[in-house]
Amino acid sequence: MNNVTILKIGETIIVPIQIDLHDAAAKSLQEDILKRIEKYGSKGLIIDVSAVEIIDSFLGRVLVETSKMAKLMGADTVIAGMRKEVVLTLLHLGLAMGDLKTALNIEEGLVLLSRQQGRNNEKSIR
Amino acid sequence: MKKVSDSLKINVEVMDQEDVIVVRQEIRQLMRGLGFSLMDQTRVVTAVSELARNIIVHAGQGRVEAYQVIDQHRIGISCIFTDEGPGIHDVQKALEPGFSTANSMGIGLGGAKNLCNEFDIESALGKGTKVTITEWLK
Ligand SMILES: Nc1ncnc2c1ncn2[C@@H]1O[C@H](COP(=O)(O)OP(=O)(O)O)[C@@H](O)[C@H]1O
Ligand SMILES: [Mg+2]
Repeated sequence: MNNVTILKIGETIIVPIQIDLHDAAAKSLQEDILKRIEKYGSKGLIIDVSAVEIIDSFLGRVLVETSKMAKLMGADTVIAGMRKEVVLTLLHLGLAMGDLKTALNIEEGLVLLSRQQGRNNEKSIR
Repeated sequence: MKKVSDSLKINVEVMDQEDVIVVRQEIRQLMRGLGFSLMDQTRVVTAVSELARNIIVHAGQGRVEAYQVIDQHRIGISCIFTDEGPGIHDVQKALEPGFSTANSMGIGLGGAKNLCNEFDIESALGKGTKVTITEWLK
């Protein structure tokens, strides 16, 4: 169980993380997100971390994994609003966030996703 | 020369993941009160999260204490993580990025060392582990 709201806007779901998540809560949020993607057939996922004060190796791994699994289910992920202190700390920690796409905020995340979906459609037409 | 001021600021027994959150919040509050920047708070609290989690995951339970420290011309904060778990077989190895006996990321211990001004670890097999980190106010 966790208390994170999952919003659906068209083909995208938006997850603003507003609380301090312990490890089990982060895992259960991951499950909830993936279930929701499956249920709605979502094409995009935006995880808004602007209220998240720290991302350590556990939460970092959960974010990376969630994005990989979402991709397998047909949804592209954008991590929005990561604080600059958190970005710098992740570098010191040595956590490679891989090819996680990031955006300054949810709005920019939506733009990124629609561009990505444009590219995805092009590929499937060709 | 580092002196621990007489008052112990934080003393939390950590038994589960929720206690890790409590420790993170209390140490952040202590650092904020001492005037540490948001950047410093974020770095150190991330290290605290890694070390407190290690107590839960690798030793079952333990204790986190935090003090205000002073030396001749600066003040700082020290956090001490102790447990009576299995101890670490090879500390040098445990500090290497990617080394994990729990099949997790293996960057917590080495990362915590990178994130703080000072890092000290003592561990004895069958006795337990004690990690001390210190951050100075610039
Ligand atoms: N408090 C502890 N008690 C016993 N072993 C520990 C403790 N902290 C760390 N270790 C050992 O050091 C290894 C590396 O720790 P860390 O870098 O945090 O990676 P992880 O926790 O992902 O395994 C752990 O896998 C474990 O074997
Ligand atoms: Mg660890």
